Amino acid sequence: MPAIDVRNLMKSFGDLTAVDNVSFAIASGEVFGLLGPNGAGKTTTISMLSTMQKPTSGTATVNGHDIVTAEDDVRKSIGIVFQDQSLDEELTAYENMDFHGRLYRIPGEERRQRIDELLTLVGLVDRKDDLVKTYSGGMRRRLEIARGLLHEPKVLFLDEPTLGLDPQTRNHLWEYIARLNEEKGITIILTTHYMEEADRLCDRVAIIDRGTIVALDTAENLKDSIGGDVVAIASPDPDAIAGLLTAPWISSIERHDGSVTIRLQEADRHIPGIVTAIHQSGIGITSLSVRKPTLEDVFLHYTGRTIREEGATGKETMRMTHRARRR
Amino acid sequence: MDIVYAIWLRNVKRYLRSKSRIIGSLGMPLFFMLVLGFGLDSIVRIPGMEKGYMDFIIPGIVAMSVLFTSVFSGIQIIWDKQFGFLKETLVAPVSRLEIMIGQTLGGATTAVVQGLIIMIFALFIGLKPVGIAGFLVAIGFMALIGVTFTAFGIAIASRMEDMHGFQLIMNFVIFPIFGLSGALFPIDGLPDQIRPLTLIDPLTYGVEGIRYGLSGTAQIHPLASLIVMAACAALMTVVGAYLFRKIQS
Repeated sequence: MPAIDVRNLMKSFGDLTAVDNVSFAIASGEVFGLLGPNGAGKTTTISMLSTMQKPTSGTATVNGHDIVTAEDDVRKSIGIVFQDQSLDEELTAYENMDFHGRLYRIPGEERRQRIDELLTLVGLVDRKDDLVKTYSGGMRRRLEIARGLLHEPKVLFLDEPTLGLDPQTRNHLWEYIARLNEEKGITIILTTHYMEEADRLCDRVAIIDRGTIVALDTAENLKDSIGGDVVAIASPDPDAIAGLLTAPWISSIERHDGSVTIRLQEADRHIPGIVTAIHQSGIGITSLSVRKPTLEDVFLHYTGRTIREEGATGKETMRMTHRARRR
Repeated sequence: MDIVYAIWLRNVKRYLRSKSRIIGSLGMPLFFMLVLGFGLDSIVRIPGMEKGYMDFIIPGIVAMSVLFTSVFSGIQIIWDKQFGFLKETLVAPVSRLEIMIGQTLGGATTAVVQGLIIMIFALFIGLKPVGIAGFLVAIGFMALIGVTFTAFGIAIASRMEDMHGFQLIMNFVIFPIFGLSGALFPIDGLPDQIRPLTLIDPLTYGVEGIRYGLSGTAQIHPLASLIVMAACAALMTVVGAYLFRKIQS
C-alpha cells in the first residue's frame, strides 16, 4: 500500500484551477518533493491531502484513508508543518508540544517522555521552558517539526520547510529531515521552490507548474532525461550563437537574457569546436561554463521558464515582511 | 473532555501570563466604579434601596468587566487565525465543537476571574456581601455572562477577517449592551419607550442576578434572571458553534 495515493485530484477557486488533474503515488518511507514556483499549486495539494481543503474532484488516500470520507483517520496519520508559523508564541516550547499531545490524546506519561525525546532530537531540550517568542526562525521551524512528529504520524507534510531561513540553518534542517527519514522510516512529502532542497532531500521529485505535474522521477533521472551536459555561454549577441550552432550532437539550445544554454552529450569533446565556430563568425563570448544539469535546468526544460523568474512574487515578499515584523 | 481541557488550559495560561491585559482591562471598570460611585453617591438615591448609589452600581461594574473580558476573549480567535495557530487546532483529529467549547470555557473563566478582581476591590470601598451563598450566586451569574459573551465573541470572530472590525463591534454592540442593561440605573424608573430595550438586553438579567447575590435585592426575580441567562448562554453557544464550524484558517 502506498503511503499516499493521489488520483486525478483537482481544485478550482472560481475560474482559477489551482490543481489540475494531478495523480501520483508515494511509497512508504519515501521522501517525496513537490517542486515548483509559488502559485504552482503545491500548497493547495498539501492542503487537500491534509484535509484542510476539499478537492473539487478526484480522490486521494493517505495511509490508506480517503481524504474526504475518512478525515479523522487521515488527520491521525499525518504530521504537518505549515508554510507559515503555527506556534503559540506566548507559550513555551514544552507547552506548545504538550498542547499538541493533548489534542492528539497521547496519555500523560507517554506524552512527557516523547516530548523530551523529540526536543532532544531537534536540539531544543535546553530551551524547552522558554517562551517561543524568544526563539529564532530556525528554532521555531525545528520546534514545529518536533511537534509534527509527536503523535508518531505515518506521513509528515513539510510545506516549504526552509522558507525564509538563512543558509546555515537551512543546512541543519536538511540534516534533521534526512535523519528523521532514516531513523524513523517516516514518509515525508515536502514542497519547495529551492532546487537544492529537492535535490538533496528527495528520493523522487515531482515538478509542478500551473497546477499540473510536468515531470516526476528521481532527481538523477530527471537531470539525465534532459540529455548529457549543459554549456552556458554569455554573449552580447546570443541570438547569433543560437543560429550558428546547428551540429547534430546538440540536443537543444535555449536563449534567455544575454545567454545561451546548450544541452549536449560529451560536452568536453565538443567545447573546442563550439568556441572555434563562434570565434570564426566574429561573435564575442563574455563567459562560458560547462556543468552537469541541475534541477533548475530540468525545470527550465519542462516549463520554458526559470523558477527564479517567478521566485519572489508579491505574496512571498508580503509574507516575509510579515514574518520579519513579527520577530 | 481532554480536548476541551487542553484548549481551556491554553487560554488560562495565556491570560495569566499577559499581565498588561489583566491590569489594562481593570482600568475602565475601576474608573467607572470610582468616578460614578463616589461622584454620584451623595446625590443619587435609588428608590427602594437603603444603601447608596455605590452599592447599586458595584454589581453593574462587575458585570461590565465580565462582559468586556469575555467578548475580547472570544474575538481573540482572530489573532489565532492571523498568527497561524488556529491551523494547528483545526488540522488535529478533534471536532470543531470541542475546540469551540474549550475556547468558550477558557474565555468565561478569565472573564469571571477578572470580575472577581473587581469584586475584591469593591470590598475595600464598601461592598458588604450578604453571605457566602449570595457570593456564589453572583459568581454563577458571572459565569453565565462569561459563557454567553465569549460565545458571542467567537461567533463574531468566525465571520471577521481581521481585528479592524473590533472597534465597530465594541462601539455599536458591546457598549449599547452595557449601557442599556440596568448596570448604571434602576430599570423600574425608566420611561416606557426605553424599558423594553432594557428588558431584551440579556446583560440586564445578568446584572440583576449578580445584584441579587451581592445585595439580596433585585428588581427582576432571581429565578427569572437565571432562566433567561442560562437560555442565552445555551443559545449563544449553539450559534457560536454553528458559525465556528465554518471558520477557515
